[in-house]
Amino acid sequence: MAETISMPKLGFDMAEGLLVRWVKQVGEAINKGDVLAEIETDKATVEVESSASGVVLQLIVDQGTMVPVNAPIAIVGQAGEKADSAAPSKVEGQKSADEKPAAQSAPIADSAPQAVAPADSSLSAVEGSGSVKASPLAKKIARDQKVDLSNIKGTGPGGRIVRKDIETALASGQPTTDNRPQTIVNRPSSTVIISHDDKVVATTKLRQAIGRRLVESKTTIPHFYVTHEYKMDMLMDMRKQVNAYLPDNEKVSVNDFILKGVALSLRQFPNLNATLKGTEIVQFGHVNVGVAVTVPGGLMTVVVKDTDQKTLRQISGEVKTMAARAREGKVKPEDVDGSTFSTSNLGMYDVEEFIAIVNPPEAGILAISSAREIPVVENGQIKAGWRMKATISVDHRISDGAEAAQFMQALAAFLENPVRMLV
Amino acid sequence: MNKKEQQLDLYYQMVLIRRLEERGAELYQAGKIGGFMHLYIGQEAVSTGLIAAREPRDRVITAYRDHGVALNCGMSANEVMAELLGKATGVSKGMGGSMHMADTSKNMWGGHAIVGGHLPIAAGFAIGDQYAGNDNVTICMFGDGATNIGYFHEALNISKTWGLRVLWVCENNQYGMGTTVERASAVTEIRQKAEGYGMKNGQVDGMDVTKVYEAAKEALDFVRKNSQPYLLEVDTYRFRGHSMGDPERYRKAEEVKKWQENDPIGIFNKQLIEKKVASAKALDEIEARAEEDVVKAVEFAEASPEPAMEELYSDIYAD
Amino acid sequence: MAKITIREAISQALMEEMDRDPKVFIMGEEVGVWGGTYAVTKGFYDKYGAARVKDTPIAENAIIGGAIGAAMVGQRPVAELMTINFGFSAMDYIVNQAPKLHYMFGGQFKVPMVIRAVGGGGRQLGATHSQTPDAIFAHFPGLKVVSPGTPEDAKGLLKSAIRSDDPVLFLEHATMYQVRGEVPEGEYTIPIGKSKVQRAGKDVTIVTYCKGLELSMKAAEELSKEGIEVEVVDLRTLRPLDMEPIIESFKKTNRAVVVEEGWKSYGVGSEVVSRIYEQAFDYVDAPIIRVAQKEVPLPYNRTLEQAALPQVADITAAVKEVLK
Repeated sequence: MAETISMPKLGFDMAEGLLVRWVKQVGEAINKGDVLAEIETDKATVEVESSASGVVLQLIVDQGTMVPVNAPIAIVGQAGEKADSAAPSKVEGQKSADEKPAAQSAPIADSAPQAVAPADSSLSAVEGSGSVKASPLAKKIARDQKVDLSNIKGTGPGGRIVRKDIETALASGQPTTDNRPQTIVNRPSSTVIISHDDKVVATTKLRQAIGRRLVESKTTIPHFYVTHEYKMDMLMDMRKQVNAYLPDNEKVSVNDFILKGVALSLRQFPNLNATLKGTEIVQFGHVNVGVAVTVPGGLMTVVVKDTDQKTLRQISGEVKTMAARAREGKVKPEDVDGSTFSTSNLGMYDVEEFIAIVNPPEAGILAISSAREIPVVENGQIKAGWRMKATISVDHRISDGAEAAQFMQALAAFLENPVRMLV
Repeated sequence: MNKKEQQLDLYYQMVLIRRLEERGAELYQAGKIGGFMHLYIGQEAVSTGLIAAREPRDRVITAYRDHGVALNCGMSANEVMAELLGKATGVSKGMGGSMHMADTSKNMWGGHAIVGGHLPIAAGFAIGDQYAGNDNVTICMFGDGATNIGYFHEALNISKTWGLRVLWVCENNQYGMGTTVERASAVTEIRQKAEGYGMKNGQVDGMDVTKVYEAAKEALDFVRKNSQPYLLEVDTYRFRGHSMGDPERYRKAEEVKKWQENDPIGIFNKQLIEKKVASAKALDEIEARAEEDVVKAVEFAEASPEPAMEELYSDIYAD
Repeated sequence: MAKITIREAISQALMEEMDRDPKVFIMGEEVGVWGGTYAVTKGFYDKYGAARVKDTPIAENAIIGGAIGAAMVGQRPVAELMTINFGFSAMDYIVNQAPKLHYMFGGQFKVPMVIRAVGGGGRQLGATHSQTPDAIFAHFPGLKVVSPGTPEDAKGLLKSAIRSDDPVLFLEHATMYQVRGEVPEGEYTIPIGKSKVQRAGKDVTIVTYCKGLELSMKAAEELSKEGIEVEVVDLRTLRPLDMEPIIESFKKTNRAVVVEEGWKSYGVGSEVVSRIYEQAFDYVDAPIIRVAQKEVPLPYNRTLEQAALPQVADITAAVKEVLK
């Protein structure tokens, strides 16, 4: 008997999903668990698996349609079976105006979270943006001035970009160039022109979703913050030792250690591994530590389930795998669901200290900064030591400063004596 | 033609032509000579007798069956063979080939490939000489086929109208390529066309070098003295095809054989012996010498270098 | 500087060269007694005599072939084709013999000959008498093809052509004999194979020659009133083609219009445009426009003939189009 596949609920607050792409077409064989479609939610672009085996008999909605959760999207059955008349006619979903989910496109710039079309110095990349019509002269000037032709309006016949258009754009200060840090290159022309025009960038659904949640967080949760500086010398040593025995693709990071430490510490402070439900605090039974990952178009938090139960290696492996999926826009619902406490690590950016925003409905988030070798005082002597600051942001409705500070001390006990995390 | 040396020299020239043409045919079939090649075998008496009759200051210009003419004008077998092989040591530096042999120092103005095309140019030589005020005669050789094309008529007409010193020599070898004179020409005696222009004309047996020489002498004299053109029709025959690769479907083997009985070299050989100008042995020696010279010519040509690649762009302009 | 017509300029050049070099003589149809069908050689017959001003039969092959022969043996004939249209009757001599004789015989022959010919339409002479087949003749290596548009250039270039050891085709225009212009006093020549900027400008490059020059200069004046300054580059010689001033101009303006009286397809403009694209691709800001004769045989009817020929309005329109 033919089975109707519906738009799944991929997050507890998901109301609708955008059917981005059908992976299987009508007539194709499909097994239960095979990916049927790609759906974009507020959080991510997610692969939806078929719950039935057989042949795809009907695709009920078109690509690019916004579908309410639980609405039917496809019918899978035996070959030759008629698509059930129980399946209603095509859902009048709204075609999304933004049909290019940011997470779909290949990651362009890891470092720059903005979705700015890069002005590549190679001509083909610039031209590749929908084959811009420009005269050979205009193209040459664009190449020399590192101008992105896709940002220039052409006034020549047929909308062709001519020299005058580029000169106008540059003279009026329109930002036309690549935002990535670049080495100074020799400019063949005699004048360097800086554009002053504003640049309009469309936000992705992900960015919008992040925005909504964090506004909610910042405006409803009374935040307070505690910073602790951790002695990292022993952890750095241990890490070296551990990694000596691991293959290259499985080496553990400082953050993996920290996640373990945080998980174990949360066991000691269950109030920080909790959520506020009305007037009740629900202290979670699991410790699922979330790790913030930068993805094209925004941020995603992948979750290590039962972090306290897992070995360093397991934690490390899971984070790596889920982060990779997230960056490719292929994250699974379970990757990003069920976090009980979040962490965010900006250690690779030479950050001394920063503060994160609590991810509702969690109680706290730990902002981890860079481990640096700095002058420290030990036994009255000044020497070099590895120090790392971390700042916890906490919902003051659930916890308070003393508890948070003690948590941070408990964490120190683990991080500064890392061997304790192994038992 | 009385001096013994001159006659023996003419005999040598005719045999030289014959041997060079025969050797050329072999080299062509071996792939060493390319393009078109038109052999003079059977017609040796015509150019030999004609050019022997000229003054050194008289200019000679002919069509593409020019190897014999080149040798008669004094160009060496070495240079002619080298040109056939396209070498840098060829008379035209390898840039002209079989049809474009020339040496202005010998007053030999080429070897031309467009049928009848060189006739107005020949008239031009005479215009230039007339303008310069000398009495040079331009000897212009062409085939029977060329007498039907416009260039022939314009050239003959202007030569008569302007009183140009041109000796128009038609080598009537009975065929314009594969077409007999009867099939191509309104009149079968080519010299009749000169009548239409009020031009003095004559006809001579082209297989007998002595007869050709005498007729040419008379005609040249006329042209020079009267500053008038003259058309001399020379009846001859080519024993080989129009050019290499001609299957000769247009004539019968018997006909060729018949004409070959009148081989000009054979005729002259007989005459020289009869007139006691030379013994058979002496003539054999001359033939051997000619053969030897052709062998050396081939060696010279094969050993010669190809033109350099840069030569592609030289001599496009004189300036 | 004297102001003379193109006719006078050509006449003067011929006379000066004939006076200077006794080897120079003229031959052609009606050049002597008649004085030339365009009166260029008027008075020459009386001055120089029949030997140096030769009236020929109507036999183009004899004229051009004869001139080639005379040149080969050391004279410097200036042959005249009554019109370039009759050049087709002597095609073999103009393109198959003259340009090749020097090359084919390893440099032994020189052909220091000039062929003067009148071309162009606009006088209701009908299709077979009104052509501008310049491109055909410019196609052959070994031939030099010259086509001046001013009296100064006509005189200087003809003198150079006569003195050149190469065969030169000197193309005149039927409707330009009365064009006036300044000509330097005294002896001067202009080198063959050099284009010239006849009018400086910064907005658009016009490349042209002969009749096209006359029209382009008029177009330039009109455009100037509208604030558009065109730079007019005159080819003067079609072969060998001098692209240097054209490329230099184009690099400045980035836009070009090529004007010729011949037909557009396979014309002189095709060659110029190709070379601009080859040599200055990165400077192209708009496709180059060719202004040429409509692709029709030229009709007799006056209005239709003018409609088929390129006009000043066509040039100004093209300039504005290329500026878009």
